[in-house]
Amino acid sequence: MFDFSVITQWIDQLLRGVMPDAAATVVECVIIGLCLLLGYSVIALALIYVERKVCAWFQCRLGPNRVGPFGVLQSVADMIKMLIKEIIEIKHVDKFLFGLAPYIVIVASVAAFACLPFAKGLQVLDFNVGIFFLIAVSSIGIVGILLAGWASNNKYSLIGAMRSGAQMISYELSIGLSILTMVVLSGTLQISELVEGQADGWLLFKGHVPALIAFVIYLVAGTAETNRGPFDLPEADSELTAGYHTEYSGMHFGFFYLAEYLNLFIVAGVATTLFLGGWMPLHVPGWEGFNQVMDYIPSIFWFFGKVGVMIFVIMWFKWTFPRLRIDQLLRLEWKYLLPINLLNLLLMVIVVVYELHF
Amino acid sequence: MNLMLFVVVLITAVALVVAALGIARLISPRTFNRQKGEAYECGIPTRGTSWMQFKVGYYLFAILFLMFDVETVLLFPWALTVRDLGAAGLISISFFIVILVLGLAYAWKKGALEWK
Repeated sequence: MFDFSVITQWIDQLLRGVMPDAAATVVECVIIGLCLLLGYSVIALALIYVERKVCAWFQCRLGPNRVGPFGVLQSVADMIKMLIKEIIEIKHVDKFLFGLAPYIVIVASVAAFACLPFAKGLQVLDFNVGIFFLIAVSSIGIVGILLAGWASNNKYSLIGAMRSGAQMISYELSIGLSILTMVVLSGTLQISELVEGQADGWLLFKGHVPALIAFVIYLVAGTAETNRGPFDLPEADSELTAGYHTEYSGMHFGFFYLAEYLNLFIVAGVATTLFLGGWMPLHVPGWEGFNQVMDYIPSIFWFFGKVGVMIFVIMWFKWTFPRLRIDQLLRLEWKYLLPINLLNLLLMVIVVVYELHF
Repeated sequence: MNLMLFVVVLITAVALVVAALGIARLISPRTFNRQKGEAYECGIPTRGTSWMQFKVGYYLFAILFLMFDVETVLLFPWALTVRDLGAAGLISISFFIVILVLGLAYAWKKGALEWK
């Protein structure tokens, strides 16, 4: 299977051959930053387009079809539109916090994005506590949303931010516990090791019943965490105009929009990495020929294919279920998902201790 | 190495915001209108500030969240060694989880999980 570290090592040697070590390191850092930005923005634009098309198909419409073939350039046009919109200065806002909020939201989502293993050897941040780090940085985004709502000095924003905060911290628990369940099974926190460990079967199949329960809980909690689908009450447009980003205009708003789609990608990416084997091809122990054929498909296609399926499922939720009320939302988390999750954790420990997994 | 990469990622994220805002400020139009600076609420002028008291229910859930989130942090190191600990690890962690569940049951009984 093709290993992307071949390319990175080749670039490293090439740079070190023509310039001193310190300069080469700086150039490499710049290249990493640019690649990250490119991936980040291309994925965001692609997701915005896909969201519109999928939503249109669910509602028997055509969706965007004017700008470019099949409307693929629609989101690019939208980005340009957002750049040339005026950024309105609001009188009563807390200027410093109002300006700070988009930075926090974007920093949290870029840092979490950098942790994902896109293909074999293609991962920016690979800490030995990787998955723990990922949970930590992605939860910083909540601070940005709370700041945005509080600094706006607008009643809708305040209510939207408070709802969003309550919802995101509640479902954070379920995400943390279901990830913990999978960590018990895999026995490592490092993301690259997590993926390597799934060479003889994805964790979802290895852990059978408890892994399946954790997967379902993760999907529900992940959907809530991104403020999407049936859990989009922080920005329920019929009651709160636009929730916490009501007062943001132009590119300022664009950052929240960007981070929202990237968070969708990150949730789907983590689901893929933890449960569906990341970039690892589908391997069945004992079927040598089958495994060989699967290895011919490049790892990057495996990762993006699985993430695409997960994203489609999350979008499917959005257009299938009606929006929950806040009391239903909190009841679902605290009275159902959390106790089930704790029981499931114990079940997984029993499975691991008594070697009942595959 | 990893720490340096993390700093690179942070700088990249900040650079993205700074660059996009800079471009937007350069090419976007600017007009002044007194009405534009008003809060976007419902059309009539806003009365008073929005920095005021809000529902205490949100605070209650934040406190509960704190309890369980600290628990998750404590469980992570244990999760890594659970294979080596074997049945002993299972029993000792059951006590920990049972105590936590008692806390949740208490909050449930007291009605802290109801949205009123």
